[in-house]
Amino acid sequence: MKQCDIVIIGGGPAGLAAAIAAKKAGADDILILERDSMLGGILNQCIHNGFGLHTFKEELTGPEYAARFIDEANALGIPYKLGTMVLSVSRDKELLCINPEEGLFRIAAKAIILAMGCRERPRGALNIPGFRPAGIYSAGTAQRLMNIEGYCVGREVVILGSGDIGLIMARRMTLEGAKVKVVAEIMPYSGGLKRNIVQCLDDYGIPLKLGHTVVGIEGKERLTGVTIAAVDEQRRPIPGTEEHYDCDTLLLSVGLIPENELTRGMGISLSRVTSGPQVDDRLQTDIEGVFACGNVLHVHDLVDHVSEEAALAGESAAVYLQKQKTSVPHKVTINAENGVRYTVPQSLDIDNMKDAVTVRFRVADIYRDRAIVVCYDGTEVMRRKKKIMAPGEMEQVILKKSSFSDFPALKEITVRTEAE
Amino acid sequence: MADSIYDVIIIGGGVVGAATARELSRYALSICVIEKEEDVCSGTSKANSAIVHAGFDALPGTQKAKFNVMGNAGMEALSQELSFEFRRNGSLVLCFSDEDMPRLGELYRRGLQNGVPDLRILTGKEARKKEPNLTDDVVAALYAPTGGIVCPFGLTIALAENAADNGVEFRFHTQAREIRKTENGYLVVTDSGDFQTRYVVNAAGVYADVLHNMVSARKLHITPRKGDYILLDKEAGGHVASTIFQLPGKYGKGVLVTPTVHGNLLLGPTATDVADKEDTATTAKELAQVLEKSAVSVKNIPYRLTITSFSGVRAHEDGDDFVIGEAPDAPGFFDAAGIESPGLSSAPAIGAYLAEQIAKRAGAKRNAAFHPQRRGFVKLAEKSPEERALLIRENPLYGVIVCRCMQISEGEIVDAIRRTLGARSLDGIKRRVHQGMGRCQAGFCTPKAMEILSRETGIPMEKICKNRDGSEMLSKMN
Repeated sequence: MKQCDIVIIGGGPAGLAAAIAAKKAGADDILILERDSMLGGILNQCIHNGFGLHTFKEELTGPEYAARFIDEANALGIPYKLGTMVLSVSRDKELLCINPEEGLFRIAAKAIILAMGCRERPRGALNIPGFRPAGIYSAGTAQRLMNIEGYCVGREVVILGSGDIGLIMARRMTLEGAKVKVVAEIMPYSGGLKRNIVQCLDDYGIPLKLGHTVVGIEGKERLTGVTIAAVDEQRRPIPGTEEHYDCDTLLLSVGLIPENELTRGMGISLSRVTSGPQVDDRLQTDIEGVFACGNVLHVHDLVDHVSEEAALAGESAAVYLQKQKTSVPHKVTINAENGVRYTVPQSLDIDNMKDAVTVRFRVADIYRDRAIVVCYDGTEVMRRKKKIMAPGEMEQVILKKSSFSDFPALKEITVRTEAE
Repeated sequence: MADSIYDVIIIGGGVVGAATARELSRYALSICVIEKEEDVCSGTSKANSAIVHAGFDALPGTQKAKFNVMGNAGMEALSQELSFEFRRNGSLVLCFSDEDMPRLGELYRRGLQNGVPDLRILTGKEARKKEPNLTDDVVAALYAPTGGIVCPFGLTIALAENAADNGVEFRFHTQAREIRKTENGYLVVTDSGDFQTRYVVNAAGVYADVLHNMVSARKLHITPRKGDYILLDKEAGGHVASTIFQLPGKYGKGVLVTPTVHGNLLLGPTATDVADKEDTATTAKELAQVLEKSAVSVKNIPYRLTITSFSGVRAHEDGDDFVIGEAPDAPGFFDAAGIESPGLSSAPAIGAYLAEQIAKRAGAKRNAAFHPQRRGFVKLAEKSPEERALLIRENPLYGVIVCRCMQISEGEIVDAIRRTLGARSLDGIKRRVHQGMGRCQAGFCTPKAMEILSRETGIPMEKICKNRDGSEMLSKMN
C-alpha cells in the first residue's frame, strides 16, 4: 500500500494553503487528492473580483487567487492527484480512493487534512411547494454552467436566498443580459456580505425583499413563474401578501452545508451548529492527526480567512508528525453563549498552543451597539464594542497565550455578546 | 392510411404497459408501445409509494384483491429474472384506539379471504418491539411479512427493456389522439402518425377513460387523485424497517412511513382529487399534512433530513376497482384502467393476464426466441473494493465518479444512455442509475450529466431536457 505522511483531501483554497504551510513547516511527503480535473476548487468558477484584499492587499478574481496558491504549491513541488475521489477513510487513517487511471487504491497516511469544502442546500430541503420543472438551479450550479461551461441558464430570473453566491449571480446574470427581477430572503436580514448587496443588487437596481419566501412554483416543463409571499416571525407565509413573478429561472442561494460524509464515516464528532468537525486550537479533530480547515470546518465568507485557517491546519499537521507525545494536554473548552452561535475552535490546549489563537464565530441575529465579551471561568478578560454585527459576517477574537498566565486552573472560555 | 401495421398497440409506457408488452413478447406478435413522453415510467409509475402491498386492503372478489396477491407472490422471482430492486421488508397497519380494533380485525379477515399468507395481529408492545420508533399511541398492528418495497423505476424500466430486447417496438413522443374502429381492428391516430392494429391495450393511466370512451359506450370516469410525498436522506433510512401504514380512523385516511429500496425514508401520500390530470404540484397544505400524519405513527422522524418532496397522480375510477380486460362492446380493445394502488404490486400479474387473453384471441404462437432475462445495472457503489477495481480496469469510466452523493460513475451513466431504450433526458438517467437522487439533489453533478448525455446522444447542450420536450435546461446564448 502507498504510504504518505500527510494526505490532504481537497485541492481547493483550503487544501492548497494547508499543503503549502505543511511543506514550509518541514513536512516533506505530502499528497493532495482532488476530484475535479484541476486544482483551485470553487474559486475556478468565481470569476468576479474581490478576492485577496486581506492576503495580498489587492483585488483578484477567484482563478487569479487560486493561481497564486497553485503556483506556489508547484514551486514547492507538492504532488497532487486530479480526478481522484476519496470514497472512505478509516479511523487509523487509511484512505480508499478511486480514479480512472489507478482504479481503486488505498493510501496509508500518518496525518490527514480534511479540506473538502461545502455544498449548496437544494430546493428539496426547503419543501417549497409547486411543480418540479427545469430552470431551478442552486446558484453555484448555475455559476458553474455559466462561468466554466459557457452556457446561459435563463433569461428572467428570481433568486431565493441572499447568500453570497446568489448575490454574485444576480449581478453576473444581469451582465449577461438576463433580467433579475427580485431577490427574496426569508430572514429579516441578508445572509450575504454587505458589500455584495451594494455591489451586486443596489448598483443594478435589483430589489431585495427581506422576510419573503417562494410559496409556489409554476410550469410543468420549464419554469414559467413563481409566487413570493411575506413571512411572519415564525417564517410562515402571510396569506394575502402573495406576488407573482413571471420567470424561467429560479436560483437558490439558501445556505451551504459543510461536506462531511467522509468525516462522519470516520466517526469524528461534528458540531450540530456548524455541521463541521469539532476542533481544538490546532484545528485537530477528535482523532489525533486528523485536521480540518476551510468550508468543511465551517462556512466562511472570505477566502482570505480560509487560507489563513488552512495554513494553521497544515502547520499543525507538520508539527504533529515531528513531535513526540507531549504531556497530558491542558484542554479548555470554548463555549458560545448569548447571541454567539458557535466558535471554531471549540477547545484550546493552553500548554501547547501557539502565541495567539484566532477564535472565529457568527452571531445569531442583527445586533446594534453590542459588545463581544470573552470570559475565562467567569472573569471578563476582553470586551469589544461593535456598532453592528450580522449573521452574514463572520466575527473573530484573538486570544493570546500570555493572557492565560493568571488562570493556571482554567476550565472554560466563554464568548458572548452583551448589550451596551 | 396507416403508417404502420401491428398486431397489438399498447398505449402507455407505464408499469402496466411495460408489463403487458413484456408478457406479450412471449408470443410471435408484432407489438408496439406508444408513449407520449420521452421515456417509459413518466407518469403515475414514477411517483408513488413504491410499495408491493401484501394484499389485505382490497375487498375480496375485486380485481384489486386478485391481481395484488398474484403480483406480490410473483415479485421476487421477477426481480431476479429482470434484475430490479425488490425487498420483502414486511408491513404494519397501525391501530391507534381500542374502538378501531374491530376494523383492524376486519382487515385481517379480509387478508385471509384474499389469500395473504402469514398475517398476524400484534399488540402495541409487540409492534414497538419490532419497530422501536413507533409512537406510544399504537395499541395494535396488523403485520404482513409478505409486504415489500420495490424500485418503481427499476421495475418499469426492466419490464420495458426486456420487452424491447424481445422485439417490442417503442415509440416515444407519440400521443394517441383518436381511436377508430376499422374492419380488422383499430386505427390509432397519434400526433406522429397513424397506426393500424388488430388489438389495443389501453394502459394510459389517468387518460385511460378518455381512450376507452372513444370506442365504448360503457363509459369510464377517472378522477386524478393527487398525493404529495416527502423523501428523507439515507441517513434517516433506518428509522423504520417495515412499511408503516395507518388504519383509516379519526386521523382520516392515513399516510405511510417506509424505507425505500434505495435506503431513503419516504412519507406520504396525501389524497386530493384534482381537475388537471397532470397536476403534480405539491402544496404547502398537503406537505404539512404529510408531516403531521407521519408523526402520528412514528416518533422522532428527522424531518431536517428532507431532500425532496414530490407529487404523483393516481387514476381513480368511479367503480373503485381496476377495469381489466376486453371492453364488452369493443372487441379487441383491452383495458387496464383505474390502476391506482395497489397498481404497482399488481402490474406484472395484470400484464400476464392481458397477454394471455390477447394471445388466445389472436391464436398467437409462442415466440421461440423469447429471453426472459435482462442485464441489470452494474451498481458500482454496492460492489466490494476488489470487484470495483476489476471493473475499472475493464472500463476506466467506472473510475470517474460523477454523482458524489450516490457514488455513481460515468461508466454507469453511459450504460444508462447506451443500453436498450436508453435514457434521453436527465430524469431518464436518474431513474435508471439514481444519479442526482442523493442529498445534494443533483446540484453538483447536473452539468456533468448534461455533458455526458449530449456527448453520447448528439443532442446539443441547449436541447438537453430534464424530461419531456419543453423542459430544456439551458437558454440560447445572447
